[in-house]
Amino acid sequence: MLKYSLRRLASAVPTLFLLITFAFFMIRVAPGGPFDSERALPPEIEANLAAKYHLDEPLVFQYARYLWQIVQGDLGPSFHYRDWTVNDLIIQGAPVSFALGAAALLLALLVGVVVGAWAALRQNRPTDYTVMSLAMLGISIPNFVLAPLLILVFAIVLGWVPAGGWAFSFDRMVLPVITLALPMIAYIARITRGSMIEVLHSSFIRTVRAKGMPEKEVILRHALKPALLPVISYLGPAAAAIVTGSVVVERIFTIPGIGSYFVQGALNRDYTLVMGVVILYGVLIILFNFMVDLIYAWLDPRIRYDDGETA
Amino acid sequence: MRFWLVAVVLLLAACGQGEDRAPEAAPVLAEPVEVAFNEAGRPVDEVLADSQVVHRGNGEEPQTLDPHLAEGVPSANILRDLFEGLTTNAPDGHIVPGAARHWDISRDGLTYTFYLDPEARWSNGEPVTAEDFVWSWRRAVAPATGTSYGRMLSPIVNAEAIFAGDLPPEDLGVTALNDTTFQVELQDPTPYFLGLLTHHTSYPVYRPAVEEHGDSHVRPGNLVSNGAYMLADWRVRSRIELVRNPHFRDAGSVIVERVVFYPFEDENTEFNRFRAGDLHWTYQVPSSQFQWLEDNMGDALVVTPWFGTYFFSFNLTRPPFEGNLALRQALNLAIDRDILTERVSRFGEIPTFHLVPPGLPEYESLDVAWADMTQEEREAEARRLYQQAGYSAERPLEVELRYNTSENHRKIAVAMAAMWKQVLGVRTRLINEEFRVFLQNRAQRRVTEVFRSGWIGDYQDAFTFLELFHSEHGRNDAGYDNERFDRLLERIASERIPASRRNLMAEAERMILADQVILPVYHYVTKRLVDPLLQGWEENVMDHHLTRHMYLVRPREVGVEEAAEPGEGEES
Repeated sequence: MLKYSLRRLASAVPTLFLLITFAFFMIRVAPGGPFDSERALPPEIEANLAAKYHLDEPLVFQYARYLWQIVQGDLGPSFHYRDWTVNDLIIQGAPVSFALGAAALLLALLVGVVVGAWAALRQNRPTDYTVMSLAMLGISIPNFVLAPLLILVFAIVLGWVPAGGWAFSFDRMVLPVITLALPMIAYIARITRGSMIEVLHSSFIRTVRAKGMPEKEVILRHALKPALLPVISYLGPAAAAIVTGSVVVERIFTIPGIGSYFVQGALNRDYTLVMGVVILYGVLIILFNFMVDLIYAWLDPRIRYDDGETA
Repeated sequence: MRFWLVAVVLLLAACGQGEDRAPEAAPVLAEPVEVAFNEAGRPVDEVLADSQVVHRGNGEEPQTLDPHLAEGVPSANILRDLFEGLTTNAPDGHIVPGAARHWDISRDGLTYTFYLDPEARWSNGEPVTAEDFVWSWRRAVAPATGTSYGRMLSPIVNAEAIFAGDLPPEDLGVTALNDTTFQVELQDPTPYFLGLLTHHTSYPVYRPAVEEHGDSHVRPGNLVSNGAYMLADWRVRSRIELVRNPHFRDAGSVIVERVVFYPFEDENTEFNRFRAGDLHWTYQVPSSQFQWLEDNMGDALVVTPWFGTYFFSFNLTRPPFEGNLALRQALNLAIDRDILTERVSRFGEIPTFHLVPPGLPEYESLDVAWADMTQEEREAEARRLYQQAGYSAERPLEVELRYNTSENHRKIAVAMAAMWKQVLGVRTRLINEEFRVFLQNRAQRRVTEVFRSGWIGDYQDAFTFLELFHSEHGRNDAGYDNERFDRLLERIASERIPASRRNLMAEAERMILADQVILPVYHYVTKRLVDPLLQGWEENVMDHHLTRHMYLVRPREVGVEEAAEPGEGEES
């Protein structure tokens, strides 16, 4: 197991390197630069700024310089938010996105699995149809529609919660968490239902039932664990996506997370900021996928990672 | 199934965003009490609210709070509260003494001597000296600083050469005659120079803090400023909080204790926060909701003429517009500006045939012949010119109309294309581009034909609009290259007699309009929501509103519930 983990982590290095290289040159291809504005800069000033941020050097030099910085843990200065470094911005924004994403993920997992399993147990009955139709609705409603609706109802008409703004508190987190979680709940419910139905029809369940095990124990001890496998594999990339923030939710609720940096950074041609969040996202995806594989091994006794050894 | 869901969702969206929202959702804005003033012109304590904390929506997150690096309206708004230049703005926008109590201008208009207010203090209690200004202005023009707005100081002797790196910053034409006397030598008499001094590029920065903290001197805890407020907290993309500076030279007149600026990436979000009572002042309003706003929040909606013009430019360096004046005139006359402002932009924008907005105390545009015609006459003239330019129904003009991504730009462009089609039969291809791609295409002049432009004046003088069309100006994206015009601009720069200067500027504007470099559409207005309890500010064409002039008054107590303080308890 340890050997496997080390091998996985070692293979992450070239993946990240490729990601960084690709992203670095891709964003430089975009027309325009970080210091363009409707107020044109005199050429001398433009040259001064380019020199200050080393944009006047050949691209390959800039790339080498950037790699060297990253190795030292420095993501460089932000070209747009000029009083801050990318490290500053991510350190300020990431906890917000992480908290929001983790809360949404937890909620989605809890509700999604319970509802999905419940629907599976009542397959093809009215409960099943109702739940699955609602899930379909949940997947279909885009968050830029849901969020303003929630604000209108709960913040403006009823006045129960603030209309936006951020704090690590229940009243400011509840609406954005629901907005983020709803489509995930729906998705997880559908996956859980599908795989649960499959598991319930498999021969080992028939066997435990034949041996006279109470239905409750059949479900909780034997059926649920393997039924969760597809949910877990969905969860890896989904978790990476959700904890790096959501552009739409951040805009609508004025939440200072890092999700907007993907879009704002690109629009502002803030090269270093875009690189910073892309690297963060890449690292998280690799990390979560790795964790998913470990959880797999734990959930499914048939999976072993080290040849010939037992975990 | 999916179809019905989509239909339902669209319906829901329509209910949420439409203009005929249920009126019961409108907030009850408290009515203010009658305000009485004492002999010093300050509102009497009885009318003032107990809590003097103002919450202002402020557009996007400021790029920086370093006055020498900042650009854009959001950072300028905050910097006007944090810092103070030699001059500043009264509530009505007039230029009044700031850090300088008074000044002398030499007879030739080239030497300004400023006498600093001896009470002027930094937020750490240290006096603001002439030497502070000398050091700060040298920093502002030094190439190493990377100022983007350095042009504001370019009238000063040697400033241009220092930018270009040909002279050291020490050669800038500024001197500290003693602790409180600061002298500036100008290259040309610049009648609007005192107005430039309200701009943040001319603000002083505190040398010891800049030297100690370098790029992070503007962080809370590091920033030392000389304005009415000082920086208390800054959470990126969340809030910027300022508190009263007890050392400010006129601290006694400042009523608002704290002001919090909130960045918003979305106008609807800001609007919702105002409706929920979280804000006293918004940066803008959702452009599609004018009718609803006027019907339901008329007391809070403030629409004011702004010092800017929305226009389209012709690329004069490429066909079809190169050397084809008649065609440019035809397209200009075929546009019905009243329809564009009344039906499309809809916020009381002022339809125009001019470049320079009205309302300047020292300037008046010359009349344009077709301004007095009826729209039918203009259209008839447009058809005649169109034919003269060599186009007809059989051989229609095919043109590309380019704009950057924005709902308003799109609507205007669609309407203009329809008008050209209807009046002249022009076939227009609308091209929407992401902002920076658009800017690059404009500047390169290789693919553009007609494109969206616009300008908000940097300082209160017609020259801020005219200089854009100098053949060497970096934003002359139309490619206007007229030697006579360039010479005229140079004459304006060196002209000392105000009346002659005014005439020269009017002549320069007439030239641009006669050559039809641009297609003017309207003059901008600012539009925002302001809580009626927030008072002390006045409408002004520059849209400069210093928090130190503002105050919150008590609501009139006729069964109005005491509203909780907005924004309270928010932190991150």
